[in-house]
This record gives sequence, structure tokens and C-alpha cells, in this order.
Amino acid sequence: MSKITIPFGPQHPALKEPENFMLVLEGEQITSAGINLGYNHRGMEKAAEGRTYIQNLYLIERVCGICSHSHTTTYITNVEELAKAEVPQRALAIRTLFAELERVHSHLLWLGVAGYEMGFETLFMYTWRDREQVLDCLELLSGNRVHYSINTLGGVRRDITAEQKAEVLKRIKYLEERTQYYIKLATQEPTVLARTANVGKLPYDVAIERGAVGPTARASGVARDVRKDDPYLLYAQLDFNLITHNTNDVFGRLVVRALELVESYKIINQVLNNLPEGPVAVKVPMKVAPGECVNHYEAPRGEDIHYLKSNGTDKPERLKVRAPTLANLQSVAYMLEGGWLADVPLVIAAIDPCMSCTDRAAVWNPKKGKTEVYSWEEMRKLGIEQYKRRGVDFSRL
Amino acid sequence: MESILPLAYILIFPGFLFLAVYGLYLQWVDRKLCAVMQNRMGPPWIQPYADFIKLLAKEVIVPDAATNKTMFRVLPFFAMAAVMTALISIPVWTPAALFSFQGDMVVVIYLLTIPTVTFFLAGWSSSSPYSTVGSMRVLTQLFAYEVPLMLSLIGPAILAGTWNISEISAFFAAHPALIPAQLLGFLAALVALQGKLERMPFDIPHAKNEIVGGQFTEYSGRLFGFFCLAVDMELVVGAALVNAVFLGGSLGFAGAAGLAVFLGKTLFITFLLALLKVLMARIRIEQMINFCWKYLAPVAMAQVAFDIFLKYRIG
Amino acid sequence: MKIPARVFSEVIKHLFKKPATSRYPFEKAYIFPNFRGRIVFDSAKCIGCQMCVKVCPSKAIEIPLSAEQPAAPAPVEGQPAVPAKKKFDCIMKLDHCVYCGQCAEVCPKKALAMTQDFELASVKKSDLRRHYK
Repeated sequence: MSKITIPFGPQHPALKEPENFMLVLEGEQITSAGINLGYNHRGMEKAAEGRTYIQNLYLIERVCGICSHSHTTTYITNVEELAKAEVPQRALAIRTLFAELERVHSHLLWLGVAGYEMGFETLFMYTWRDREQVLDCLELLSGNRVHYSINTLGGVRRDITAEQKAEVLKRIKYLEERTQYYIKLATQEPTVLARTANVGKLPYDVAIERGAVGPTARASGVARDVRKDDPYLLYAQLDFNLITHNTNDVFGRLVVRALELVESYKIINQVLNNLPEGPVAVKVPMKVAPGECVNHYEAPRGEDIHYLKSNGTDKPERLKVRAPTLANLQSVAYMLEGGWLADVPLVIAAIDPCMSCTDRAAVWNPKKGKTEVYSWEEMRKLGIEQYKRRGVDFSRL
Repeated sequence: MESILPLAYILIFPGFLFLAVYGLYLQWVDRKLCAVMQNRMGPPWIQPYADFIKLLAKEVIVPDAATNKTMFRVLPFFAMAAVMTALISIPVWTPAALFSFQGDMVVVIYLLTIPTVTFFLAGWSSSSPYSTVGSMRVLTQLFAYEVPLMLSLIGPAILAGTWNISEISAFFAAHPALIPAQLLGFLAALVALQGKLERMPFDIPHAKNEIVGGQFTEYSGRLFGFFCLAVDMELVVGAALVNAVFLGGSLGFAGAAGLAVFLGKTLFITFLLALLKVLMARIRIEQMINFCWKYLAPVAMAQVAFDIFLKYRIG
Repeated sequence: MKIPARVFSEVIKHLFKKPATSRYPFEKAYIFPNFRGRIVFDSAKCIGCQMCVKVCPSKAIEIPLSAEQPAAPAPVEGQPAVPAKKKFDCIMKLDHCVYCGQCAEVCPKKALAMTQDFELASVKKSDLRRHYK
């Protein structure tokens, strides 16, 4: 059978953000897949250098709409570490609460998207309807559904009152019931099983080799979670389980996310019932001492890494964001190959991609006078050359 | 007068006008039911008509790459004509169809295959990657559901001892006790019909998350509108066929009462099809073929065997 | 364990339920009391310190001097003349604003406040440039 090449994106009903996958098909089966990034480069890191630390909070929040709290918390932890600020316990507790509410809303969103991509619109409608509950919680606490803007230098901006706590607990209780139903639905409905089982296989060693993070890695049996491995915020004091699954496929990722939802409800209950007393913020000077800092954070999609360099002014000298999707995209190419065309949207959706967060690799070429996007091979070549000059040879890796 | 009547049958009732209006209405019923079952609002009843009129007003774009531009333009009307022709041999509001003859069931089945073939040709002649994949899926799917559909329709025909749809429905109207005995065949026919209409969970040829618009990707404006209309008409004709073959048609009523029975039963069949739509995730093309040949065809076969046995017992 | 059509009972239940969708433009949406909506400005409180302009992450605020300045209070016998209190306007560019509320937080005199107004869409660009006097 002759091969045909199908462009999957940058504009495609299954992709919510512009990204391009070139699929070479043999009949219905994919023989090879290429990923082209860079359709959504927004120059955020450069923009961050021109803004003060406090202004950057609202910029960094917009790296990603879904994990807005993850990015600001990682960023603010860096700033506070450099400024040597002591963040009050109550502020840390509120940050933890928001982190888990965000995970709930992101995972419910994913469940709906997965339903949509496998053509199960009923699941999509139901989960998104219930997701409104957690969005209402976030709006109630912070004043906005998506960009909570709860973090500020030295703490959080809003305190939680007793009525708000009761309201959130009430809604979380409802969500817990619904999640139990969705777990049953997703694991017992034969068509969901048919679409997810043995689809997008990512064996344990490939997951390690390609550096998969978050639920994608945990569904391949890699017990890796920043909340457990290197506890930040209040996670060291909280009681929750690290969820892994060993089926290595989309079904495993579905189960991992669904069970993580249950863990998140547990955490939210613990945090809300044991809120430490005290102030919610301390004063931090606008100027931050020179230094460098790296922090990581378990965003709903996986490990989010921020690097920050300060130079003693009120603006950062360099900020680098490594969004979890970038780490997972390497695995997508592996998962797509040999699969069915029908499974492409599901496999891509299974890593819960957030392309806009990821795109940061555009290069301005002054010789040609235009912007270029480096491909993976070129980046690899450049990296190897760079390290050769320093005396390290990575070419055999 | 005598010469105008057939023309009115074809153009107004139960031909083009009735089919178009009722088809679009059934589309709304289907969408509304799905919406309510998914806890949504759903569109107002005027939506399908407004969509169709809007599409009529839009510009038609024929892709440069289209292999045969005339064919590209003609195919939607071809699909619609085939569906309309099929209705002439299916009883609607009278016990007997307008034009019934011995063996008309075979003709109707073949006429209902034509739209599927035009979908394939439409996708193939657009020669865009998505349409090509879509049209290949159309044909693959045709081989999956066509045999179970025919097999399930054969059962009642054997029981009634005729190849005439009107006579089959008259037989069941005379022996209503035999209708429940056709349950398996009825369900198999419904599932196969869902596949024929390319609705969820069998909307594989134009699965929007996978291949955008499938075979219709390159169609726009009026031509796309008529394709959509043809699909809606096919829903009416399919429901009418299942109604006539399995549920005894108009149950011997004629005129307004017959029409009411017809509308009620097609609405019920649409409800069952909508239910199928919301209950399941879309399956893959190879799973569809497995399902149709491993489960659906044997079920339809079992019904045929049961009907032969039944015919032997009741004589 | 596989149960075909697992969602069946839920789907049938919803046939007799009201849709969850809110009929938004016809039915007002419920907005929580501390929602961060359009920012209002109280000229009487403003001292023109420009803190909000400095802190705004999207450069959405301008605090210019008002065109009409109040007259200086009448000089009281035996005391030095009091200079007139300057009056300031506020120009909010709603299309720039990200509704973070940082300006309202940083304002020393609470001249800026957030409201629950969120219906700010407009087809005219001039509507998006609110001039508070």
C-alpha cells in the first residue's frame, strides 16, 4: 500500500493549541511521526527580563492557563529563596490548597478531553459540568476562575475565612462522589477500554530514557513525583499516596489521573482542616540580592522547572521555564509510531499537552533576517558541539 | 389531475419536501435528545433549517486538486436522489407503498447503498489527505455493516414469505404477536443502521478529532448542505425501512392516523439511535469490523434461523 | 469487569432533569463577592503618587492631572497659605488590563477598587478606554 503523509495540525479539531505532527500513514497505521514545535512562541522569558518581580508574577501566570498556580509558585519560590524571605506557614498552606484545587480542575479537564478525543461526548459533558464546582471554589477563594493570582512576594494575597472553607469542603465532597462514579465508568465501559487499552504504549525503560514526567511517567510504573521526592510547600507533612500504574498505555494514564484526583481531595481536606494560624504574607523588599536559583514543582502535567538569575535590581536577569509538556513530547513520537491513526488524538491528549507553555525554542537568525525554529536534531547537534568545546563528548548518547 | 399526482408524490409528499422537512426535524430531535441526555440545553428547533438555509447562501469552493470537478459537484444530488427514490417503495402513511413490487426490498437496500458510495467518491475526488483517508474508511465500514443489515432484514422477509416491503409490513400488522419475536433482528438492524448513517459511535469516516471532516472535508456551501440533507433524509428512510420491516409499518391504518403512527414510530427509532449515540465512545475502524462480523452478523443470522424455525412451526 | 453501556442509567436519569447550562445572557451569572472585575477610581481620594502606574504589569493605568483643578482654599488669617489639593484623573485601558488587582492592593489611599463588573466586551475600541474623572 502506498504511503501518505497527513499533517496533524497546526490547525486541527483535536488540537487545542497550534502544534504540528507529520504522520506517515500506511493504510490506517502510522509508520513514522515527526513533531514540529514553535507555532506559539510568545517571548515570555525575554519579556520577564523587562518587568519587576511583582509584575512578572502576572506574566508567569499566563505561561499556562491551566497550571497558572504551578508556574507562579515555582517562580515565587525562586524569588523568595533569593530574597531570603521567610514565608508564613499559613501562606504555604493556602498555596498547597490552591495547588491541589488546580490539580483537581486540570485532571477533570483532562478526563473530559480524553472523552472527547475518543468520541465519548457524554463523559466530556459530565466531567466538564462537574469541573465547574472546583472552578467555583477557585473563584470564591481568589476572585478568578483561571488566573487566581493568589501568590505574592512573601506569601499569598487573600486569606481564607470559615465560610469559604465550609463552602469549599461541601463542593469537594460532591466532587469526590462524582469522581468515584467516573472511575467506575472509565474502567467498566467496554468502548472506553477498547479505545485506551494497549494504545500509546510507553514501556518503563523508554519512559526513563525519554525523560517522561508526571502522570505519563507514573502510568509506566515510574514512581516519580516531586511532591514525594523533594517535598515543597507543606507536602512533607501531608498524608497522601503516590499513584502508579503498570499498563504503560493510555488506560493507565487515565487510571493514574483518576486516582490522583482522589488523593487530591484527601490533601484538600487535610489542609483545610488544619490551617495554621498566623499572617498570610510578609514584606519583601522590591530589590532582590544577586544569585541563581532552580526549583521544581509537581504541576498537574508533571515536573515544572524554573531557573532564575537575579542581579541585585528589581528585575530578574534571566528566567527559564521548562514546562512539563516539553519533557513529555519526546515520548509522544515513540507512542505514535506503529499505532493507529484513530488513536493519534488520544495519544497526544494522554500526556495532557500544553503547547503554549512549551514553545520557547524560536531562534532569530540575523544572517537570513528571519525567525527559525530548531528541530530536535539541530538542537541535539548544537548541544553536542557546545559540550565538546567544554571537553565533554555526548555524541555517543 | 391524474398526471400531476405522481409529480406531487415525488416533489411534495412523501417525496422531496416532506423528506427534507422531516429529515431536518429528526436531526433536531436527535440533537436535542443527545443534549438533554448529556445535561445540556441543545439547539432550538429552528437550528437545522437555519443551518441549511445558511449553507445554501454560502459560496461553493471546488478545490483545484479535485480529480473530476463535475463529479464533485454532482455527487450530493446523486446521494439525495437515491435516498428519495428508496422511499417510494417504503410504506409511509398507507399500508402499501406508492410503488411496490415483488423484490422491492432488494432494490431499496441497493438504493440505500448508493449514498455511501457517493460519500466514498466525494472523498476520493477531493484528493485531500483527510478526505482520502475518510473515503477509505467509508468503504471499509460499508463492508462491515452492510451484511448484518441485509441479514437482519431477511429474517422478517422469510417469515412473511415475500420480498415486498409493503407485504411484510402488512403481514406484521396482521400478526402483531410476531413483532416481539424479531427483537434480536430489530436491534441488529438498528446498530447496523447507526453504522450506515455514520453516527457515533460509528462516525469513523468523518471522526472530527482524527481526520477533520473526513470525506466531506473539501465540501462547502450548497454542496455540503445537500450532503447533510441527504444524510438527514437517509435517517428518515432508514427509520421508515426498519419501521416497515420490523414494526408492521402503519399497522393497517391509513391517512392521518397512519401518518401519526409513522411519525410516532420513526421518532421512537430516532430516540433509540440517539441513545446509542450517547452511550458509547467511538470505536476504531478495525474494532468496528471485528464487532460487526463477530457479534452483529451472528446475531442477525440467529434471527434468520429463528425465523425459519418459526415459519416451519406456524406453517 | 466490563459492563456494556455503563452510563445508561445516568443518561436516562438526565432525560428528566433540567440542563446544567445557565442561560447566560437571559439569566444573570452568579459572581462571587470578591471577584476581580473592572477597576473603579475615586478621584477625591487620589494623591497622585503613581504607585499603581508603576506596579501595573500590563501598563493599563495612567494617572494624569485633571483638566480642571479645584481652587485653593481661601487663605486663613495668620496662617501660611495652603496650596490647592491637586486633582487627578484615571485612564483605565480595559483592553490592556489583566484584572490582577495589584493596583488596588498597592494604592495607599484606596482610591482604586475592584468591582464585580465583568461584562466589558465591546465592539468599539473607545469603550475600552475608560476615563474616570
